[in-house]
Formats: sequence, C-alpha cells, structure tokens
Amino acid sequence: MIPKGKHDMKTDIILCGVGGQGIISISAVLGVAALEENMHIKQSEIHGMSQRGGAVQSHVRISSRPIASDLIPLSSASLILSVEPMEALRYLPWLSPDGWIVSNSQPFINIPDYPSLDSLMHEYSNYKNTVLINADEIASLCGSARASNMVMLGAASRFIHLKPESLVLGIKTLFAQKGPSVIDLNLKAFEAGMQASAER
Amino acid sequence: MRKLLLLGDEAIAQGALDAGISGIYAYPGTPSTEIMEYVQASEYAAQHNVHALWSANEKTAMEEALGMSYAGKRALVAMKHVGLNVAADPFMNAAITGVNGGLVVVAADDPSMHSSQNEQDSRYYGKFAQIPVFEPSTQQEAYNMTRNAFDLSEKYGVPVLMRITTRLAHSRSQVETRPPLPQKPNRLPEDPLQFVLLPALARKRYKRLLTLQEEFLKASEQSPFNSAVLNPVGTTGIIACGTGWNYLNECFPEGNYPGPVYKLSQYPLPVQHIQKIFEQSSAILVLEDGYPFVEEMLSGTFPASKQIKGRLDGTIPRDGELTPDIVASAFGFPAKQTFAPPPVVVPRPPSLCNGCSHADLYLALDEVMQEFGKGKVFSDIGCYTLGALPPYNAIYSCVDMGASITMAKGAADAGMSPSVCVIGDSTFTHSGMTGLLDAVIENSPITVIISDNSATAMTGGQKSHATNRLVEICKGLGVSPDHIVTLVPLKKNHEQNVQVLRQEILYRGLSVVIFQRECIQTSARRHKKN
Repeated sequence: MIPKGKHDMKTDIILCGVGGQGIISISAVLGVAALEENMHIKQSEIHGMSQRGGAVQSHVRISSRPIASDLIPLSSASLILSVEPMEALRYLPWLSPDGWIVSNSQPFINIPDYPSLDSLMHEYSNYKNTVLINADEIASLCGSARASNMVMLGAASRFIHLKPESLVLGIKTLFAQKGPSVIDLNLKAFEAGMQASAER
Repeated sequence: MRKLLLLGDEAIAQGALDAGISGIYAYPGTPSTEIMEYVQASEYAAQHNVHALWSANEKTAMEEALGMSYAGKRALVAMKHVGLNVAADPFMNAAITGVNGGLVVVAADDPSMHSSQNEQDSRYYGKFAQIPVFEPSTQQEAYNMTRNAFDLSEKYGVPVLMRITTRLAHSRSQVETRPPLPQKPNRLPEDPLQFVLLPALARKRYKRLLTLQEEFLKASEQSPFNSAVLNPVGTTGIIACGTGWNYLNECFPEGNYPGPVYKLSQYPLPVQHIQKIFEQSSAILVLEDGYPFVEEMLSGTFPASKQIKGRLDGTIPRDGELTPDIVASAFGFPAKQTFAPPPVVVPRPPSLCNGCSHADLYLALDEVMQEFGKGKVFSDIGCYTLGALPPYNAIYSCVDMGASITMAKGAADAGMSPSVCVIGDSTFTHSGMTGLLDAVIENSPITVIISDNSATAMTGGQKSHATNRLVEICKGLGVSPDHIVTLVPLKKNHEQNVQVLRQEILYRGLSVVIFQRECIQTSARRHKKN
C-alpha cells in the first residue's frame, strides 16, 4: 500500500474498461473528491468512436502540487483501476514498478478472439501488486450489477490520496439527481468494494 | 470567483458565456462537440437567451455567427479541424470583411487521429487568413484567453482563431471564473459597405487587413500568454507551443530547463522575442502539437544560423500527438523500463451497438451486393463507417462529409454499374443535398441509401436537422417520388428490404432508399426520460 504522507501527495491513475462500463462516473466522483480536498486534478479522456463498445481509458492525475501534463508518462502510474481484466493489462506500460493493478475479475466479452480466462489469470500472477475483485457479483449483492464501477472505486480507494469521505461526497453529488435509492445503492457498492479489497 | 472542474472545451464555452456572447454556432464533431453542449446545458445561457442550437454544417454555422457579429453582438463558432475546411470560404472572407461584434472561431484539432480522417493543423488557417491565433496550454488559459480573444477581435475588427487539440479539449482541470460581462447591444456596422466584398471594396478591406498585421504582431509580443524564461543554465533554446509547454514542465518540474524557454500561445510569431532566445542558444528545440508550423517558420526567419530541432529533423516524430515521453526523449532522457503489454491482450475496436439500425441495413445490402461483386458502395462519415469492417465489409469509401453521393455519381459517370452509396441522415443535410441535386440534374443511375437513425449519433446523439424531413427534401430536390422508398431496418423486414433494395439498385436512374429507425442509444435515453 502507498503510504499516505502529508507532503507531495500524488496519485496517477490509469482508469480503463470498455465503453459503457461506467468509467466516466468513476472519473466524475474522483473529480468532485479532489475539488473538495483542494487538490490539483487533471483527467484526460478520449471520447468519440471509443464509446462504441471499444477499449476506453482515462488518465487521472491527482496531486497536492500543480500538474503539468494531462497525460501520465510511461512507467509512472501508481494505479491501474480497471473495470475489465484484459483492459487492465493493456496499459501495463504506464504502470510504475511499484504500482498496483486493481481490476474487476469478470471479463466483458464482445470480441471473437477474447483470451481464455485461465491465460488472463496466469498473466496476473506475474505482478506482485494486484487486487482482483468480482465486482459484478458484489454489485449484484448490493442491488444491481450496474454499480460494479463503484465497487471497483471502493476497492481502489486505499491506493488513492483522497479521503473515503470525499469519495462518498463525490458519489452523493454524482447521483444526486437520480434519487436516494440510487445514491444508497452506489454507496453500498463503494463500501462493499472497500471491504473486499481490504480482505486481500 | 467560482472554481469549476471543466474540460478544455467547457472552459472555452464558460469563457465565452462570461465574455458576453449572444450566441454559439456549431456542428457536432469530436473533439469540439462539448463546447456547444456546455452552453446548451447552461442555465445562465438559457436565462440570458444565448442562442445555442446546432447548425446544418460548419459553413452555415460560421455565416450565422458572422451575421450575429454584423448585428453588433459577440458570437462564438466551434468545430473540429476538418469542419474548418467546410467553413473555409466564409472564414477566409470574414478576415477581409472584418467583424462588428467580437467573433471567435474555435477549431479543435485531432493529432493522432483519435476520431478523425486527418491531423491537419489549424494554425495554418490562421496564418492563411492573416488573423491572430490563440493556442492555450491549460484549461484555465483556455478560459482566460476566450475573453481576451473577444476583446482583441473587437479592438481590431477581425475574427480571432482559437486552436486547441484533443488532449486539451477532452481533459478536465480546475478553472477559476470571473464575473460575466453583459451582452452587447444591437449596433449596425459604422461603414455600410464593410461587408460588401465587391472587388473594388474588397481591395480596400484587404489593405486594411495587411496594415493590421503589424498590430497583430505587437499584440503577440505584449500578450500575457506569451512569455520567456531567460538566464538559462544551458544553451538548448526551447519554443514550447500550447500543450508542448505542459510536457516541458512535466520533464523539468523544478523549472531547471536546459536552456532559454519561450512559451508560445499567441500568434503571429513574436519574432523579436524569439530572436532573444536564438541569441542565447546553440540550438533550438520546437515542441508543438500538430504540424511543424513554428519549426518551418523559424528556419525561414533565422536561416542556417542555428540548428533547429523538432518534427522536421526527426527529434520528434513527424506525425501523432506529443506525449510527455516523446518530449523527454527529445531532451535525451533515457527510455524507461516498462512492463510490456502481454500477448493475451488483443485489440478491442469500436463496433456498432447491439440492435443498431445500421447493422440491419448492412445485412440487407450485403445480400443484394453479392450479386454485383465487391467495391461498388461508397460511404460517408458516421457510426455507419464501421460497416467497412468485419463482419459487414460493406462499404469502400469514407472521405469527407457528403462525398458518398458525389463519388457514386462520378463513378457512375465513368460507367461503374451499379453505383451505390450509404450516407447518414445528419451527414446528408450537412453536405449531401447539393450532391444529390447534381445527380437529379443528370438522372444519374445511382442508388442513394440514407441510413436515417434520426440523430447525429457518433458524436453523442445530437438532434439531426434531417429528422422527419428526408422525403420532402428529396422530393423538393427533384428526385422522382416513385423512387423515394422508405424501409424499416428490422430483422423481421429483412426479406422485403432485400427485395425492394435490389429492385432500386437494378433501376437505371436515380433512386433514394431511406432506411429509417431511430438510434437505439437516443431511443433508450428518450424512453428513460419519459
């Protein structure tokens, strides 16, 4: 785990998955939380064609100091936060040697040549800092599989230099217009993700 | 002062609202779409009656904005880089007419072609039109600059170009805003002939533009967005344009640059300032996103005196966007050890959504075209361009908005038979109608398939001007009503659709076949709302 020091707090995150899996929502929650803590933030996304069931990624940089580049340099992300297990591995060149991979273990298969789950899991065994969570199952137990993105945010929260209460505020803000039941579902999913991650 | 988390696009939109615009004009195009969408979602804009509806294409948008400027008000016009090609005629001539109310043109370039057909660099358009160009580095700068751009536009009575790239357009960061300015009152141009470009009058207006060049240069030299960092430790001079400035600072976070630096965010090129950088340098490195625009100008301005490094000499790759790693490598930093992506990772390209109407169209079209062989279907720009890929392999062109119809006509003129094209509804009203008129005039033997999903879907499902109007438009252009057919692309209609489509393709004249079924994304959103 990254020590949460008081000085020069910095988290560079590669956020990834497949179009439609809720990456933008994770990014938005991180944005609210970073503003709340008066941290600097940059979030670089690619929109457009990538929405159509293709691979999507976002570079999220959170720091106590001003941030220069919108893009994370290679080999320097402290975290790959993925809602899909193959997508996490796509961005390994950005992961720092001590960085963590926190990913949903459940594949999203919309291409004919998707690799076997065994070969993917074998690949994961090559990296020391990994947390794999069945976010789909945990989200379903919380009430809806659609909240698996918030499960993953919860699971990754211990590697992000933001307070959990700020992330909770972000979730409440993001889902404010959708009513209390949607907020509760996503908060429950977030907390379940935190707990599942702590048990690893 | 408010602190907001904004995309570069949104920062420009907020900057324009706070600069007192009365309207924004645009056609959707990645990465520029969110500029208009931000204004459309703004309560402030609604309360203050700021015009914020989509235009048919970038040319009509530019002209409408120029009209608003004529009436004395501030207008913003926004488009992706290739949209400026469509709007190039009014854009170039607006530099000659000049403006009345402030007019700022935003062109969002897409180096690396994340969602585009090319990576053209709009700064050349600014130089071509001989007007000031702004190129922000950060979201805050994009916000601040927008107001300065309107002020400059009104000070000199010319349009001002704001050039951004995907990386800034689609990256969010904190932006501090200022209190908004009120909108301008209606006020006609002082000179009633200002906008009349008859040759004799245009010559005078052009001389005025040429006289202003010196003022534009002074504005660049005094710009708060251009700055030099002198007294260096080394002798590699650096010119950092727009986002290049960010990557420079990523490489040298303490500001310990290896030579004098010039941060360049406003053009024309402030030559005197750059001269100073040259004097303190043994070589110059240019960091710019897009084409070697500044690099080429430097080698013309300071011939052979110093080594100039950048995209032309191979220090930086000739194509693709800048990244922090490319810039680090340009400074000779050693390449980092990275984890390699393992071979189990396979590409996951974008695809048509499950249940997409384009898919049912392509299944019918493929079945009919089996009888005629490959290579006889032109297409256009939209989600349906994905029909070029497996499993459809149905189309053989995607060039520019509207080109499917006109290329099909040209190929038919050359004797290709049958000659078929597939165009989306929004692309059709953007730039397809005039081409269809060409085909009407000659009763060209082509089959125009309009895949009408009643949305500008690829950019997020914006409203399409074509919705519920296609049949009337085609009739109005002169297509025979007997050969305007509307089909519904659903699996259950497949056999019937194949039969009708075959019949129209075999017809030796002009026919239009409209496959009409709403985009499943916009349809799902609409049903959720209701």
